[in-house]
Amino acid sequence: MNFDFSEEQTMLRDSVARFVQDDYDFDKRRSIVASEAGMSREVWQTFAELGWLSVPFAEEHGGFGGGPVDLMVMMEEFGKGLIVEPYFATVVMFGGLLNAAGSESQKAQYIPGIIDGSRLGAFAYLERQSRYELADVLTTATAAGDGFVLNGEKVVVSNGVNADTLIVAARTSGEQCDRSGISLFIVDAAAPGVERVSYRLMDGQNVANITFNDVSVGADALLGELNGGFAVMDRVVQEGIVALCAEAVGLMGQLNSKTLEYTKTREQFGVVISSFQALQHRMVDTFMSYEQAKSMLYRAVCALENNDADLRRELHALKVMTHKCGKHIFEEAIQLHGGMGLTDELDIAHYAKRLMMINATFGDRDHHQTQFNALSYGSQASDSVASMSDAA
Amino acid sequence: MDTSFSAEDIAFRDEVRAFFDEAYTDDLRDRMGDSKQYREAIVEWQKKLNAKGWVAPNWPVEFGGAGWTPTQNFIYESERSSRGIRDVVPFGLKMVAPVIYTFGNEEQKARFLPRILNSDDWWCQGYSEPGAGSDLAALKTKAELDGDHYVVNGAKIWTTYAQHADWIFCLVRTSSEGKKQHGISFLLIDMKSEGIKVNPIESIDNHHSLNEVEFNNVRVPVENLIGEQDKGWTYAKALLAHERTGIAGVADSKRALREVRRLAEAQVSGGKALIDDPLFQKRVSDIEIELMALEFTDLRVLASVAAGGAPGAESSLLKIKGTEIQQQVQELRMDVAAHYQGVLPTELDNNVIGHEFGSAARQSYMYGRAATVYGGSNEIQKNIIAKAVLGL
Repeated sequence: MNFDFSEEQTMLRDSVARFVQDDYDFDKRRSIVASEAGMSREVWQTFAELGWLSVPFAEEHGGFGGGPVDLMVMMEEFGKGLIVEPYFATVVMFGGLLNAAGSESQKAQYIPGIIDGSRLGAFAYLERQSRYELADVLTTATAAGDGFVLNGEKVVVSNGVNADTLIVAARTSGEQCDRSGISLFIVDAAAPGVERVSYRLMDGQNVANITFNDVSVGADALLGELNGGFAVMDRVVQEGIVALCAEAVGLMGQLNSKTLEYTKTREQFGVVISSFQALQHRMVDTFMSYEQAKSMLYRAVCALENNDADLRRELHALKVMTHKCGKHIFEEAIQLHGGMGLTDELDIAHYAKRLMMINATFGDRDHHQTQFNALSYGSQASDSVASMSDAA
Repeated sequence: MDTSFSAEDIAFRDEVRAFFDEAYTDDLRDRMGDSKQYREAIVEWQKKLNAKGWVAPNWPVEFGGAGWTPTQNFIYESERSSRGIRDVVPFGLKMVAPVIYTFGNEEQKARFLPRILNSDDWWCQGYSEPGAGSDLAALKTKAELDGDHYVVNGAKIWTTYAQHADWIFCLVRTSSEGKKQHGISFLLIDMKSEGIKVNPIESIDNHHSLNEVEFNNVRVPVENLIGEQDKGWTYAKALLAHERTGIAGVADSKRALREVRRLAEAQVSGGKALIDDPLFQKRVSDIEIELMALEFTDLRVLASVAAGGAPGAESSLLKIKGTEIQQQVQELRMDVAAHYQGVLPTELDNNVIGHEFGSAARQSYMYGRAATVYGGSNEIQKNIIAKAVLGL
């Protein structure tokens, strides 16, 4: 047993850390967020040149052939740098879905563009009513001729406005919350009948509501099996949860070290406030939260890589722990920074907001704790990682 | 021991209801909810309250108070908050006025109190400084006597609504001899004075209510000094206890919690209403039970004040518990908003976004982080209880 990273993983991690250190300071991030696109194409091209966009893809498609641990070390560093570029949306989710269910020709068509930075992607799965229930899908795809016609709306689509290509979860049979009967479709974001309105989330993300009005796609747009989309989404969401929680651990570490640093310099009552034992103990508590979140992440990434039988339980526990520790850490960071922690000017607020958005992605603490309890006590055994009901 | 309502109390409640029915129009409600029209609308509302004699019920009757019993206070607050009517702006009515009527001279009382009652002047509070937060007595803004004027130099920070204010009440340093609490004076300063500059601070909720106020050779007539020079700390301490009594916000939290329950009933995903989720129910009832107790703690303090006691260290307890509960309710509302909880204000209509309260939930949660920092941080409140109550 060891917890060491391989040489490649260490190099990847260092390469992201160096980029953040040298080329992505908080002012730069602020100006990128304020730009119309809310991301920088130039930064994205650098990601391509550094090979980061190729990490999870197979070598035959020009990829690096990396696994969950490779993504984890990168995401943790992205978190430290508060990177807003859509790595998660494009590489982890859009790329992950192609990896999981794409035909050879679909992979050949889309993956090279991801790797060279020319194609941005998004996964459109949320709907107005869906909350954290992945199977709650009202958007429809109806067979027509050789292909399908899509109708409906997806909301809060991460990177939805900048994406060139979307993967859309649509219902091809069954009732609103049935797991069977969901299919995935690759849709050109510029296709006739696709309409996007964009707005911002508090972590700087440029998201979109996307409506599909009689959008025609060919048979080759179907990703994976007809009616079998849920299993694909479910698996890729598992990978997504680990990646997001890795980013969260990076954010937590930064909040803790920045807060510790601040308390060592901020003077009140003639002394630095870090000299107060009441505050020392609180920073010991946030340190312990960080270590617990990190341990849970490592457990889960091992379970994911080995595809353990207990994987779901591990992932629910990871999401609960990340939410709990993240909230503890950002609340203390804001409180111990006092008035400064309440300004938009300081980066502390932005680390907190990103953590909150991670907590609200793919199910919050209550959602996952309910699932964890169901698995532990067997009353309502669930076989979906981000599903609230076990209706099937 | 009897906490039931008398016939007089019931009659009073009916009077309050009748007044709100008539005076708090839908139009006024809408304008008070709109940040652009807030100042004008709240002033209009406060003038209506003043005409009824209810704008400052807790002032001594001789200056315009209503002479209410604690029960009447409780009834009024319950009725106000149950309709979602915002409390009066505290800076004039609840903060500076008690200092003026307690420590001011006759001329100051006659000059300022009627205008405060009628909301003719908008006040703001000049206490905190960049180097003086929890350690308020470390303040450095200097006032030097020059003939019949003080000349003020320095800066105040976290000044809420300074951009609207006609007057600011300030703690300034008039002497640096002896203990730092000595040599502080309480000065009323016209915001139109030459040499005052207000710099906006964007806060964590992406709104502008906080400011930095700079003073460059601002000349303030000596008649604007409250009480004696160098004794301002004593007056300020009395004021801080007043500030903290209203801060529990029990009635507002009760209403906010009811609102959360109502919202959770409407959230149905995966075929289940959020309100039926046992984990969610536990979180709501945990808060509700704390509130039930805090409501009576609040009444006990009010009763002891009515019996002639001054609000003392008990108000620190109200502040800590009250703000913790406010934050928990705000967090719950965020969680009800689920995937919509991060939405920033946008020109888009809620119908287009697909959600009614996501952005509002975010704003109140984020700004709500300030409640445990302002009015003397909760850490300072604990110091006060440790010292004044436990004798440590």
